[in-house]
Amino acid sequence: MKKFELPKINFEEIKKSVTQGQIWKSIFRHGYKTDDRDRALTVLTNVFFHLHPVKVRKSGARFGFTWCAGGLSFFVFLTLVVSGILLMFYYRPTVEYAYTDIVALREHVPFGIMRELHRWGAHAMVITVWLHMLRVFMTGSYKPPREFNWVIGVLLLVLTMLLSFTGYLLPWDQLAIWAITVGSNMARATPFLGYEGPGASLLSIGDIQLIHAGDDARFALLGGRFVGAATLLRFYILHCVAIPVVVVILMAVHFWRIRKDGGISGPL
Amino acid sequence: MAELIKHFFNQISSPVMMFTLGTGLLFLFLSFPGQLTAPKVAGPLGILVVAFFIFGLTDEHFKMIITTPDNVPIVMMLFIMLYFTWYAMRKATVNDMRMAEGKGPLEKEESEQKVLVFPYLIFIEFVVALFYSIMLVVWSLALKAPLEDPANPSISPNPSKAPWYFLGLQELLVYFDPWIAGVLLPTLIIIGLCAIPYLDRSPKGSGYYSYQQRRVWISGFLFCFWMLWIVLIVLGTFLRGPNWNFFGPFEVWNVHKVVPLLNVNLSEFVFIKWLGWGLPSQWYLRELPGILLVLAYLLIPPAMAAKTFCKKAFQEMGAVRYAVAAFLLLMVIAVPIKMYLRWAFNLKYLVAIPEFFFNI
Repeated sequence: MKKFELPKINFEEIKKSVTQGQIWKSIFRHGYKTDDRDRALTVLTNVFFHLHPVKVRKSGARFGFTWCAGGLSFFVFLTLVVSGILLMFYYRPTVEYAYTDIVALREHVPFGIMRELHRWGAHAMVITVWLHMLRVFMTGSYKPPREFNWVIGVLLLVLTMLLSFTGYLLPWDQLAIWAITVGSNMARATPFLGYEGPGASLLSIGDIQLIHAGDDARFALLGGRFVGAATLLRFYILHCVAIPVVVVILMAVHFWRIRKDGGISGPL
Repeated sequence: MAELIKHFFNQISSPVMMFTLGTGLLFLFLSFPGQLTAPKVAGPLGILVVAFFIFGLTDEHFKMIITTPDNVPIVMMLFIMLYFTWYAMRKATVNDMRMAEGKGPLEKEESEQKVLVFPYLIFIEFVVALFYSIMLVVWSLALKAPLEDPANPSISPNPSKAPWYFLGLQELLVYFDPWIAGVLLPTLIIIGLCAIPYLDRSPKGSGYYSYQQRRVWISGFLFCFWMLWIVLIVLGTFLRGPNWNFFGPFEVWNVHKVVPLLNVNLSEFVFIKWLGWGLPSQWYLRELPGILLVLAYLLIPPAMAAKTFCKKAFQEMGAVRYAVAAFLLLMVIAVPIKMYLRWAFNLKYLVAIPEFFFNI
C-alpha cells in the first residue's frame, strides 16, 4: 500500500510571492530589518511610528521609568474613538430614543460588548491619565524646559474628565441624569455667574436681576433649567465632537513638544 | 472575631479617623522612606491590604459595594495608585542612596546612551497596548455596563452621586458651600497644577526619581493627591450612603439613619457663647470676627514666614511667586482645617453672609 502523504506546501515560496508582490510592497516599504539604518527608516517612513524620534535615551525607553502611562493613555483614547464611532451608529441623542437605543444595544446584539469597551475604557483612561501625571511629577519631568508641556498635560487631564462626564449622561438612565444633575448643580454657585453664587445678587440694574435661573452658568451648560432634552443634545455634541477636537489638537501639541523639549526626560 | 474586626474597621473608617490615620501613615512613609519602602516591609503591607479586601468580600454589604460595576474601577485605581506610589518612592529612595554615596542616579548611567525607537520602544508600547486590550476585553465580558431605569426627573435616587472621579469634590460639599467645593477648589486645583513648574524652579531632581532633593514638593503633592483627592473619592463612593450619611464598610446602608446636625457658625460662637451679646443685626458686624480671621490666615503666616524660616525661599522666588505659592499652599491647608473644625467644634461657617450666598 502506498503511504499517504500530505501534499507538500512550500511556505517559503508562498511567503516570498506575497512579500515580493506589488500589493505587499506598496504597503510595507521594509521587511523586518536588523541593521540600524533600516530600523531608523522604519520609524522615519511610517506616519504612525514617526510620532517618535528615531532614537531615545536608553533610560527613557525603560518601562520602569515611564510606566508607559502616557503612551497607554493615547492608546486608550484611540480605542475610545473607535468604540465611540461604532456606538454613534446605533445611538440617537433624543429623550425619546436614547434609553431604548442603549437597551437595544444590550438586548439585541449577540456578544455585544461595544458599550462595555467604551465605558470601562473611559474609566481606564481617567486612571491612566492620573497615573501619567503621578509619574511625570515623581520624575520631576515638569521642570524646565518642559513647563508648558506640563500645563498642556493638565488641560488634557481636565478634558479627559469632562469627556467622561459628558458621556456619563448619554445612556439617559437614572444613574446618568442624577449624576449630571448633582455635578452641574455646582455651576449655579459660580461666583457672579450662577444665580446662587456669591455676588450674583449684586449684578442688577435697578430691580432687574441680571443673573437668574434662566440665564446663568448652569443654564448655559444644560440648555435649560433642568437636565432635559437640550442637555442631552448639548452633552452629546460636546462628548462626540467639541471636546474630542480640542483634545486631539492639544495632544498634537503635547506630543510635538515632547520632542521639541528634548524627548523623554532624563538626568542632565 | 470577624464581627470584632468589622466593627474595628467601621470605626477607623469614619471621615475623621480615616483622614487622620491616612495623613499620619503618609507622613510616616515620607519620613522613613528608606526603611518603609524596602520590599520586605512594603510587601507584607501590600499583602495586608489585599487580605483586607479578600476578608471584606465575605461580607455581603462590602461585597455589594466594591463589586458594583461602576465601583470596580475605583478599586482597581486604588491598587494601581498604591503600587505605583510605592514604586516611584522606592526608585527615588534607591537613587537617593546612590547619590549619598556620590554616584549619579540610576537613570544617569543610561541617559547618555541612545537606543533606536524601533524596535526597543515600540516593542514596549506594543506589549502594553496588547496587555491593556486583553484586559479590557476580559473586563467587558465579565462586567456588564450598568443601566438603570429610564431617566425620571421626578424620582431622585438617595444618595445621588456625581461620577466617581468628582466624588472627592462632592465629599467636600459636607464642609463647604457649592461655590467653594464645586467652583473655587476645582479652579484652584487646575491653576495650582499648572503653576507647579513656575513655582518649583529648582533644577535638582529633573528627569529622574529622587526624594531627598525634592522633599517639600513631593510631600505636598502626595498629600494633595492621596489625602485630598483619592481618599476623599474612596470616602465619597464607598462610605457615603443615603442622605450622604457616613456608613462604615461593613455597615448596611440604612435610609433611616439619623445623624444630628448641630452645626454652629463662628459668629454664634463669638457673639452668643463667648460674649453673650446676641447676634448683631448688620451682617458686616456679625461677620467681622470671621472676616478678620480669614484675612489674618491669608496674610499673617506668609508675611511672618517670609521674615523667618522661609527667608531663603522668599529671596529665591521673588515676591510674586512667593505670594502665589503661599496662597495656594494656604488654600490646600484650609481644606483639612475646615474639616477638623467641623469634626471638633461642629463649626458650620467661618463667614456666613447668606444675603450674598457668601459662606466660607
